[in-house]
Amino acid sequence: MKKQLQSLKRIGFTVGMTAALAASSLAQAEDKLKVGLMLPATGTFAALGTAITNGFKQYVAESGGKLGGREIEYFVVDDESDPAKATENANKLVKRDHVDVLVGTVHSGVALAMAKVAKESNTLFIVPNAGADELTGPLCSPNIFRTSFTNWQPGYAMGQVAAAKKAKNVVTLTWKYAAGLQSVDGFKEAFEKAGGKVVKEMTLPFPNVEFQAYLTEIASIKPDAVYVFFAGAGATKFVKDYVAAGLNKTIPLYAPGFLTDGTLEAMGDAGQGLLTTLHYADGIKNAKNDAFRLNYAKTYKSQPDVYAVQGYDAAQLLAAGLKAVNGDFSKRAEMVKAMEAAKIDSPRGAFTLSKAHNPVQDFYLRKSEGRDNKVLEISAKALADPARGCKM
Amino acid sequence: MDFYSFLIQVLNSVQYGLLLFLVASGLTLVFGIMGIINLAHGAFYMVGAYMAFALSSLTGNLFTAILLGIPLSLVFGAFLEWALFSHLYKRDHLEQVLLTYGLILIFEELRSLLVDDEVHGVAIPDVFSASIALNDTLSYPVYRLVISAVCIVLAIGLYFLIQRTRLGMMIRAGSHDRDMVQSLGININLIYRTVFALGVTLAAFAGMLAAPISSVFPGMGGGVLIISFVIVVIGGIGSVWGALFAALLVGFADTFGKVLLPDFAGAIVYVLMAAVLLWRPEGIFKKG
Amino acid sequence: MSKHIPLILKLIALGGLLAFPMADSPFYTELVAKTVLFGIFAMSLDLLVGFTGLVSLGHAAYFGIAAYTVALMTPKYEAASFWTTFPSAIGISAAAALVVGIFVLRTKGIYFIMVTLAFAQMVFYLFHDTALGGGSDGIYLNLKPDTTLFGGKPFDLDNPFHLYYLIIATLVVVYLFLKLLLRSPFGKVLVGIKSNEHRMKSMGYRTFGYKLAAFSIAGGLAGAAGYLYAVLFGFVTPELMSWHQSGNVLLMVILGGMGNLVGALLGALAFVAMQEVFSTWTKHWQLVMGSVIVLSVLFLPGGLSAVPRRLKAALTGGGEK
Repeated sequence: MKKQLQSLKRIGFTVGMTAALAASSLAQAEDKLKVGLMLPATGTFAALGTAITNGFKQYVAESGGKLGGREIEYFVVDDESDPAKATENANKLVKRDHVDVLVGTVHSGVALAMAKVAKESNTLFIVPNAGADELTGPLCSPNIFRTSFTNWQPGYAMGQVAAAKKAKNVVTLTWKYAAGLQSVDGFKEAFEKAGGKVVKEMTLPFPNVEFQAYLTEIASIKPDAVYVFFAGAGATKFVKDYVAAGLNKTIPLYAPGFLTDGTLEAMGDAGQGLLTTLHYADGIKNAKNDAFRLNYAKTYKSQPDVYAVQGYDAAQLLAAGLKAVNGDFSKRAEMVKAMEAAKIDSPRGAFTLSKAHNPVQDFYLRKSEGRDNKVLEISAKALADPARGCKM
Repeated sequence: MDFYSFLIQVLNSVQYGLLLFLVASGLTLVFGIMGIINLAHGAFYMVGAYMAFALSSLTGNLFTAILLGIPLSLVFGAFLEWALFSHLYKRDHLEQVLLTYGLILIFEELRSLLVDDEVHGVAIPDVFSASIALNDTLSYPVYRLVISAVCIVLAIGLYFLIQRTRLGMMIRAGSHDRDMVQSLGININLIYRTVFALGVTLAAFAGMLAAPISSVFPGMGGGVLIISFVIVVIGGIGSVWGALFAALLVGFADTFGKVLLPDFAGAIVYVLMAAVLLWRPEGIFKKG
Repeated sequence: MSKHIPLILKLIALGGLLAFPMADSPFYTELVAKTVLFGIFAMSLDLLVGFTGLVSLGHAAYFGIAAYTVALMTPKYEAASFWTTFPSAIGISAAAALVVGIFVLRTKGIYFIMVTLAFAQMVFYLFHDTALGGGSDGIYLNLKPDTTLFGGKPFDLDNPFHLYYLIIATLVVVYLFLKLLLRSPFGKVLVGIKSNEHRMKSMGYRTFGYKLAAFSIAGGLAGAAGYLYAVLFGFVTPELMSWHQSGNVLLMVILGGMGNLVGALLGALAFVAMQEVFSTWTKHWQLVMGSVIVLSVLFLPGGLSAVPRRLKAALTGGGEK
């Protein structure tokens, strides 16, 4: 008897759960354009996910809650920046919620899984951050767009800067993961093309942040400059350690802007005067940027960053497509054509898309000052990713 | 690598090893004496670091923050022991794994709710903010040396506490046979509560001390947890000297692994652990 | 009558699973498929944890190795054969477990937990830090394995329903295999090792060999689950082998109640269901998840499969103390 009861409960539980799962799939609204936001709400990148969401929603709100005449309905999934759950999370939006457009995400590994789902289901996919070169390289596709950057781009821009600053021998250091390695490749390409030499490429296992051994190596090699790729807490710790070791006095540090975005407060004095390249900066003078920043600060009571801009532009790009077809999402081919041809009036400065759907954009050389990354100059005008491996 | 660089790398290894010891010492106590697998150890480290962040921005001084943080951590640890862990002594290791895993999720979300998801810095106290020049390009931050000194003092202090004091004697007895100690009229529950509070405080203290170097950020406990486990297992569970020795060993393996075997730097610590356990399955400083 | 009722109930549950795709919801069909394959994964771990008394915190390594096996065996533009990749994936993960087992089974208790973790981390870094499997970004499985056998195609993995039924079939096979295994003299020795290894040794059993065999079998079965995961989702990443995954599957086993194969499946179901439900409630769903875990440890010893017994005890006033 004991055993029967036990099994009965088990079955009851199984059936109950299954029914609950099936029922919740029925609730679906019609007519509105369904946008699936798959971004990190928890974990290391949670703050970036929030900024992207804010930016996206700000543009929609500025356009009166509609894009191309269509009202927008959001479906949100927390991707936790976990690639192991990525396919399933993307399917949640595509197969369960039947979203028209998939927007996401920060983590490259997760974005690659999303690209696969988007390709197989032919869902329109806009990447507002993840920089994996592949997304607009070998994996490029008519329905995959990006409003951010490739890892190659800021690296390449910095390679030019380092060469212009007359550095000859450079040491690179990054976490041993795809984003860092691709960034270093971009740097190396530009730097060696201009006659410089990368004398040593150092990597450390992700997410290890014990840098002393590498700092000692750098001190003994004495290169003309160091190029690093770090972001978030790792960036903060690296810069602090670099400065505490006194290396900044003799060996300048170059990096893509992720080093100093959102980390300057935590770096304190150590973070001052750092040179970085990125497609956005503080103190960009254009009407669009002024309005964007003012509105963002008013709505969210915080200052926007590059991630907010990328989210904002994802909405702009979508709007450009929808406008061309008067909100008729069924005219996909026409819509994609309009998006490809769009000139996005971004707070970062206007940009167009490359054939592989990645922004052809200006890169700023920036210097950190207080909590800002101030523009020094445009170091690379209309820099396009080479989109290696794209057959579109 | 020239000889001078080699010496600096040795210094790096020792310094990193001592920092690791600081983090792992609390774990080895809770592990060895109470027999509890505590996956939330890293979370306590994070709590400490955030406490340093909050209290030092409140009081404007890391020293005051640490002085306030230590009693807070003791109370916090004692509370957790009373509310949760005291129910687990007779249970399976597995349930301890489960409970402390749940705690990680809870603390991480509370951190997100109470503070935010950004990276924050904690300033190094002005007295220690200088660096000592080692050669024309490289200098060594004084604060790191201070941490090393604190770790050494702590190691000696813990040794005396456990080997030379009455409390330590009761703790050691309690770890061998709970019921026996109780039958001698010693309040074993109080001893366990003390040990657990001490373990939590050590983790939190490590977090507070490391905060100016590491900054405070989401998920900071995760990395610390695994490496602490490795150290405790290599050193032998419950042994303070073992943890110190293992931490230094890991410090050397990690530092020189990065320089000499850069392609395997990620795995090297685990290879070391596997090798040690093959040689001595119960850790280098096996108890009893 | 009572003897057959559990069997009947299990058959009804199986019937429910078989009928589920008729709900015509591709997403939930996939979700159930995922739950079932996690169930297989949890069962394989239960063989170690629940029946042999070996608590492994590195079981995700074998799941991941099998997933990578099929991804690496599949050429970029053509499908690999199901009939070679499936056995290979299981074989390779079983072999990996055999090798690791030789090392880790020298240790006991807490040390065993930690060493299994260390080996899993090594495997994780092997795939994360080298170009072998696409590095940190992982790799795609572009084409699902081809099932052509002697010119015929008994089923087609590109068809989600066929894939679903393959996963259910694997579940049934793994379940029956483990049942038979545990009933066999071999299984009795494993259970004996769990309750008292010394006694088994003094009775003349070479327990190391038995434990090693169990470890390898569990690795192979985890590999079966990992293979199905890779085929179902078509994307393989090093995160599949992270210690979080090993922790999650251990959670499933404990939630369901150790030493109970159906419990392991139930634990997987509870785990997936909790994630699904809580994450729709709030952004801070992990807080809810964590609280449920903590509360269930405090108030639900023995896992979900012990609930009916405890309920009954409470109702009849017997109480369990």
